[in-house]
Amino acid sequence: MTSHTQTATAPRDQLTEGEVVLTVTGLDVDIRTPKGVLRAVNNVSFEARAGRTLALLGESGCGKSMTAKAVAGLLDPVADVTGGTVVLNGTDLAALTPKQRLKYAGPELGIVFQDALTALNPVYTVGTQLGEAFRIHQGLSKKAAKVKAIELMRHVGIPQPESRVDSFPHQFSGGMRQRILIAMAVALGPRLLIADEPTTALDVTVQAQIMKLLRDLRTESHMAVVLITHDLALVAEEADTVAVMYAGNVVETGPVREVFGSPKHPYTRGLLDSVPADVGRGADLKSIAGSPPELHRIPEGCVYQSRCPLVQDVCRAIRPALEPEGTNRTVACHFSASSDTKELDNV
Amino acid sequence: MSDIAAHSLTGETTVPLLEVRGLTKNFHVPGRGNNVLCALDKIDLHVGRGETLGLVGESGCGKSTLARTLLMLEQPDEGTIRFEGSDPFGLKGKQLLAWRRRVQMVFQDPFASLNARMTAGEIISEPWATHTDLYPTKKARAARLQELMEIVGLRPSDAGKSPQEFSGGQRQRIGIARALALNPDVIVLDEPVSALDLSVQAQVLNLLNDLQKRLGVAYIFISHDLSVVRHVADRVAVMYLGRIVETGTTEQVFERPRHPYTAALMSASPQLDVTGTAPRNRIVLEGEMPSPLDPPSGCRFRTRCWKAEEICATLAPPAASAPDDPRHVAECHFPIAADGMPAAGGPVRPRNAVNLLAPRQ
Repeated sequence: MTSHTQTATAPRDQLTEGEVVLTVTGLDVDIRTPKGVLRAVNNVSFEARAGRTLALLGESGCGKSMTAKAVAGLLDPVADVTGGTVVLNGTDLAALTPKQRLKYAGPELGIVFQDALTALNPVYTVGTQLGEAFRIHQGLSKKAAKVKAIELMRHVGIPQPESRVDSFPHQFSGGMRQRILIAMAVALGPRLLIADEPTTALDVTVQAQIMKLLRDLRTESHMAVVLITHDLALVAEEADTVAVMYAGNVVETGPVREVFGSPKHPYTRGLLDSVPADVGRGADLKSIAGSPPELHRIPEGCVYQSRCPLVQDVCRAIRPALEPEGTNRTVACHFSASSDTKELDNV
Repeated sequence: MSDIAAHSLTGETTVPLLEVRGLTKNFHVPGRGNNVLCALDKIDLHVGRGETLGLVGESGCGKSTLARTLLMLEQPDEGTIRFEGSDPFGLKGKQLLAWRRRVQMVFQDPFASLNARMTAGEIISEPWATHTDLYPTKKARAARLQELMEIVGLRPSDAGKSPQEFSGGQRQRIGIARALALNPDVIVLDEPVSALDLSVQAQVLNLLNDLQKRLGVAYIFISHDLSVVRHVADRVAVMYLGRIVETGTTEQVFERPRHPYTAALMSASPQLDVTGTAPRNRIVLEGEMPSPLDPPSGCRFRTRCWKAEEICATLAPPAASAPDDPRHVAECHFPIAADGMPAAGGPVRPRNAVNLLAPRQ
């Protein structure tokens, strides 16, 4: 292992597009609560590739943010990774101590949070916060770090960076704050960028700007992007591959076009049907009955059984494993192979 | 009720149920140079019986202030609200109380808008404590409570539970039942589904649709989610910085937008299109909405508009009807022509303007 300074300043071996940057295998995350230990993320596996965007898609409470935090090593003290590996560029992050992890946070891995106002420190100028990465990882002086901060602000499209570098977060608009947060995440040229609902708090016209910035940055550096979102349309437009999560489990993965074009898991199908897109005014949407199970009430067997129209006895007894489906897709459903989910039309 | 519901599909009745003319609301912000925040600037709109008016716009455009003013929670500075021809702002006491019964509201956040110390039944029946003449006996109230809970798809046996025992979708059903308790003619829905998950959102939208068919109630549906508005609304009004910049039928506004802001908004909204092979290009606007404390002169959208010229800075564009339909109104000096081609070039880049107007699949 190299020292901090060397890791960060050594010329980065160029990423080739499509190479695997992150491999998560069998990740389990448990939360300790007064009611007992809850499994928030269960046996989650996925890959992120250079220059590509992987979307973790799911509804609130499905464990997608918890997965991201586990990968980034930012879990709350009550939550622990209890199984699985998180291999980033050959190193298993899950096996490292928090101290060892520090040198990966920034140069190897960046994260953008949903709410920029709470993610930024209100009592420091954005210049100080942007320069911090360079001060810590590259040992730059305050002055040199500020020059770098201005460069970064220009890079992410903040107008007049020379004068705005000394402003505080509250003096920026929501879109500009999100740009600053993205600048912080990509400051040291990470191989992997995790974007946790980066535009949920923003208006659509600003969302379009931010997504374009993320696309441009990805194209420039060939970093891998993990986009965490609940917005199917955003996934359709921005991601190459998708992993659909439900109640802590990945239920379906594959290229976005294939998964959305012919969903194999009944949950994916139900989500797509719930989007008010191609239904006429006044027509009923096909909703999914019920609501997702709470973490302490996740049933034995398939996690989706209580809402699934295809449910059989086997679903209540055995939890289906994520099995390959064709060449580049996986799905966790007992009936995915035998019955195309189109049968749901008749249910 | 059935004769009321019959009007619902026509949208336009001779006298609109609710008509707003020139509604202006300023807030005074202490400690600022220019301390007048113009939240609503001469708003005109109308809603027919059993109709749904969608109100779209980005945060800070005045959608929620408009909702609050319609409910008379804010006193407007100028303008009139006419409810079946009469102005509620002249009313006092009992008459005012009777008026309030007819316009109700469902709030955005079902986690914050329900009192955690009350039971679901108490929340839904609370309006009857003020409007005592509606269901005067205990028995009548209990019967109506049961009926309301059944209408919105809750188990009447759950009336004794407190809000936190319900899921998000069920809580919003409680909010809807409360709004229905006084049998209103209009319900203002302020982002009713934006706090809900997609699969639950569809259930609530179906419920709202069903209630409108059964009860003939009119909705003013405020949302930033264009796909939801497109699904529920008969007509749409697009707001930008305190003004309604475009109104028309849902089809007109979504498929043939005339105001550049509407076009940009439609284009910026991601679409779930898995059949397309090429990534969709779109208009990406520069910058963000200016501060309502210091709105631009002339047209309020000109600072972000790719069609802006000198006249836009000096003269606020008047509301002008489309040549093909007088009800499709936009406030723009250079409206996008009916053939659908917005002018290219300028500070923003409509990289592929054709897609913009292609009907959504």
